[in-house]
Amino acid sequence: MASTKFILARKKGMTQFFREDGTVVPVTVLEAGPCTVTDLRTTERDAYTAVQLGFVPARENGKHVNKPQLKSFEKNGTKAFRVLREFRVDDLEGFEVGGELTADLFEIGDMVDVTANSKGRGFAGTIKRHGFSRGPETHGSRNVRAPGSIGQCAYPGRVFKGQRMPGHFGAKRITVKNSIVEGVHADLGLILVRGGVPGPPNGLVQVVTAKTGVKK
Amino acid sequence: MDIIQEVEKLYMKEETASFKVADVVKVEYLIREGDKERIQPFVGQVIRFGGSGIRKTFTVRRIVQGEGVERTFPLHGPRVTNVIVQRGPTKKPRRARLYYLRDRVGKSASL
Repeated sequence: MASTKFILARKKGMTQFFREDGTVVPVTVLEAGPCTVTDLRTTERDAYTAVQLGFVPARENGKHVNKPQLKSFEKNGTKAFRVLREFRVDDLEGFEVGGELTADLFEIGDMVDVTANSKGRGFAGTIKRHGFSRGPETHGSRNVRAPGSIGQCAYPGRVFKGQRMPGHFGAKRITVKNSIVEGVHADLGLILVRGGVPGPPNGLVQVVTAKTGVKK
Repeated sequence: MDIIQEVEKLYMKEETASFKVADVVKVEYLIREGDKERIQPFVGQVIRFGGSGIRKTFTVRRIVQGEGVERTFPLHGPRVTNVIVQRGPTKKPRRARLYYLRDRVGKSASL
């Protein structure tokens, strides 16, 4: 297997466990795989190399998959999946269409980057979105959650670009880098990753070997 | 079953000492002294359970030199090696959390 490991997973929630010395390890439980290799991108055909993984089998009634996708699945002789994601690899060796990736790919101590879409918070104010301070709520204050001053006066006479203001917050692709795999339960198809993971429970998550960072 | 509960089960103690609120217990707690480990007992009355699953805790109250001392232990923590019931209450407590004991001294604080 190539040095870079990757898999698609679902975030199930958080819990904790104790180490031998009594310290607590906070972990996020991810239901990883099983993923099927549904296609390969090759230099000859696509001018780059990548592995396409399918996750979550689609329903038979064709609700989840459109016709062009279905034909692609048929051509490669795999089942139809709801979720398809590509992962760039340098070397396609060890991957074949129809192959399966499961949670036991990972082992305890692996450092991984976890990517997911964060929870959408809608149109959020500056306190929630940028961590601004709140004003006093009493003593006649009318500046409770207002953003405050957004600049100076006649000079520069404009608001600087990048000024942090209210706006749409969340529902954005977030990568948590260098999380440590603290547990692998292949029988349950679960991996436990130290710390938090973006997104809601049951959200789709990509787990990839960390790009930077040293294995402890 | 909920998958989180299932995961917690894997890390929980298979059997925990059985004791109830209002029991007087001796908690055997492993502490580290330099590079040696020894058991430090803590004797007192259980006044509450908190949390659930692997995060379940219990609080033990005792009077040390006239001052009330409470310690909360994780039930599934590996440092809590044993909990021995020394004495049960004379009558069943009517509530799950015996906070009212904090306001009582001497005989009225006994159950």
